[in-house]
Amino acid sequence: MNEGSKKTIKTLCFAVLGMFTFSFALVPLYDVFCEVTGLNGKIELKATNNTNIEIENGRDLSVQFVSHNNEQMPWAFKPSEDSIKIKTGKYHTTSFYVKNTTNKMMTAQAIPSVAPSNAAAHLKKLECFCFEQQELAPGEEALLPVRLIFDDALPKSINSVVLSYTIFDVTDYDKVQLSKDLQTNHGNDHKMEPSA
Amino acid sequence: MSAVIESHGHDDHHHGPAKGLTRWLYTTNHKDIGSLYLWFSFAMFLIGGVMALVIRAELFQPGMQIVEPEFYNQMLTLHGLIMVFGAVMPAFVGLANWLIPMMVGAPDMALPRMNNLSFWILPFAFFILLSSLFMEGGAPNFGWTFYAPLSTTYAPPSVTFFIFSVHIMGASSIMGSINVIVTIMNMRAPGMTLMKMPLFVWSWLITAYLLIAVMPVLAGAVTMMLMDIHFGTSFFNAAGGGDPVLFQHIFWFFGHPEVYIMILPAFGIASHIIETFSRKQLFGYSSMVWAMASIAILSFVVWAHHMFTVGLPLAAELFFMWATMLIAVPTGVKVFNWVTTMFKGSITYETPMLFAIAFVVLFTIGGFSGLMLAITPADFQYHDTYFVVAHFHYVLVPGSVFSIMAAVYYWIPKWTGNMYDERLGKLHFWLSFTGVNITFFPQHFIGLAGMPRRYPDYALQFADWNAISSVGAFLFGASQILFLFIVLKTVMGGKKATPQVWEGSRGLEWTVDSPAPYHTFTTPPKVSL
Ligand code: HEM
Ligand SMILES: [Cu+2]
Repeated sequence: MNEGSKKTIKTLCFAVLGMFTFSFALVPLYDVFCEVTGLNGKIELKATNNTNIEIENGRDLSVQFVSHNNEQMPWAFKPSEDSIKIKTGKYHTTSFYVKNTTNKMMTAQAIPSVAPSNAAAHLKKLECFCFEQQELAPGEEALLPVRLIFDDALPKSINSVVLSYTIFDVTDYDKVQLSKDLQTNHGNDHKMEPSA
Repeated sequence: MSAVIESHGHDDHHHGPAKGLTRWLYTTNHKDIGSLYLWFSFAMFLIGGVMALVIRAELFQPGMQIVEPEFYNQMLTLHGLIMVFGAVMPAFVGLANWLIPMMVGAPDMALPRMNNLSFWILPFAFFILLSSLFMEGGAPNFGWTFYAPLSTTYAPPSVTFFIFSVHIMGASSIMGSINVIVTIMNMRAPGMTLMKMPLFVWSWLITAYLLIAVMPVLAGAVTMMLMDIHFGTSFFNAAGGGDPVLFQHIFWFFGHPEVYIMILPAFGIASHIIETFSRKQLFGYSSMVWAMASIAILSFVVWAHHMFTVGLPLAAELFFMWATMLIAVPTGVKVFNWVTTMFKGSITYETPMLFAIAFVVLFTIGGFSGLMLAITPADFQYHDTYFVVAHFHYVLVPGSVFSIMAAVYYWIPKWTGNMYDERLGKLHFWLSFTGVNITFFPQHFIGLAGMPRRYPDYALQFADWNAISSVGAFLFGASQILFLFIVLKTVMGGKKATPQVWEGSRGLEWTVDSPAPYHTFTTPPKVSL
């Protein structure tokens, strides 16, 4: 085989390895892309520390709450209010009701999502049960608070937003592993400790 | 492209093939390996075809009559996987093996032993895949697109074997493409510059680059699935911070170039056959090359047209809509060139030409339905209906599969030294042509009327067209038995073929005897324009 062929083979093998690596690089790239652009309605899973987005006389906005149970997650999980009328630039507090309907100790994680997705970047939360895992004893129930604000830079075309939470059963997940995943995928520097 | 051949090397060391079964096991001869690939592909075509007939039999009437829904899902999944990875792709690799060395005047493929390996791992891959039918929980049932979490959280245990077999198929394709590229880039006969290469060679060069670029991404996707299933990662699991939509992005980043992998070699084949039977030089050779190259490049930026309904932002919907429509431009150039080549040609309608003309017409119908699907707001209505099924079957069956059949009829005299039975060939064509249209054309109607794909049952109003479609499918399926018979008959004997075989054929492969000697071009021919 001549030199030219050897060189072509080498280049092609590198290309194959490169593309295999690239397929894995797509995972962080995808998350970075979504985070920068706020495209997929994912919200940061951490409390905002920006306090000067509060303003008087914001726009009217209606926020609807939706709750889902993932797979066979048996807990009762629903918003206390289906929708609220708020103003941009003003904090509001609402809550979600959960109950562990089983007879075993369980841990849950809620993942939020916003529609339309370009509203996601403008939603800031001071407090959210989705920042932490929830551990409930058999039959235990709780009201989980969310304290949120939409900044006034929210696109003018949006006057209604849906905030949806999906609750996952993570009892069997290795906690350390999980929080690491969440951190890499959401740029989260908030430590995930099991809450009582 | 008119290559005049000044000299050609014939078989100067006269050792032929080894005898017996081990000939096929150990062979490193590109012609042997080409035949192995083609026969393997035909076997897969029949197996995948039987599965399609199970599906169509169940859909003949509304209600459940023949199979359980779980088994229906397995048939649907295996049918798709087998046809894509087992029938269409290996057939093109087989044609590449037979033809590329002869077309560029090389004695063999660049890496003959790797060539042997890349073929012989394929039967294992499909043995593993098919054996999953007998495993606990049954075969994969999540569709050929294996979307997570259907293929992870909810998958049957056999999914691990599925992943393994996809890895093997991928390795085989990658080795095959490395072989093709090295052969084309380094082993062309003196005087054959890139822009003098036959179009089939060009189409395969571009296809091989596509394969090198996307097969590793497919391998990455199944590896991530494997890790999610067995090693507790959460690439695609939202509970652990992953994202199932990410799976679709990765899959279609592979998947869209993959559909062009299955059509580009067909473009090459059609160009040769139309040129030959029109007895004219192909119109627009260089625009054909540029069209294929631009289709290949564009194919990397259109993947999300399969995902218009996942909740993409408006900007992305628009981008992927326009990028997809842009592909229709180079595709249109190709169709224009084929038609113009035929224009005022002295055409004869031998079987390969019939298949090639049907290819142009029916592939174009598939292109048009593709354009309809590319319109984002319309796709919200069409997505996951039988309209999509009709679209991709039009581009794949009378597209890719017809081109493969055309190629077999066109080159089989070169391979076997015998002419096929023209009367039977034409009969096969007309049966297939009728069957394919009866099967898939009505699926446009039921799709537009709202019948969703991938269900074993349907609402009553879709009954008539489904019954017709099933009749067509059985006609098409049965006519492939005739194809097998014709091929076998040709292998056994028939009218002897001349070296040139066809009056209008041009190119190096027609300068060697028919059947092509076991070794050709051991000394390179000289090519001049
Ligand atoms: C003008 C060219 C083409 C255009 C504009 C086009 C467009 C599209 C679009 C928009 C879809 C997604 C439909 C949906 O799921 O809602 C689609 C699906 C598909 N196309 Fe095409 N297409 C073209 C050519 C081809 C070719 C040449 C092939 C293969 C040889 C092909 C194979 C497929 C397949 C297999 C699917 C369905 C995948 C699945 O969901 O299972 N298409 N096409
Ligand atoms: Cu596509």
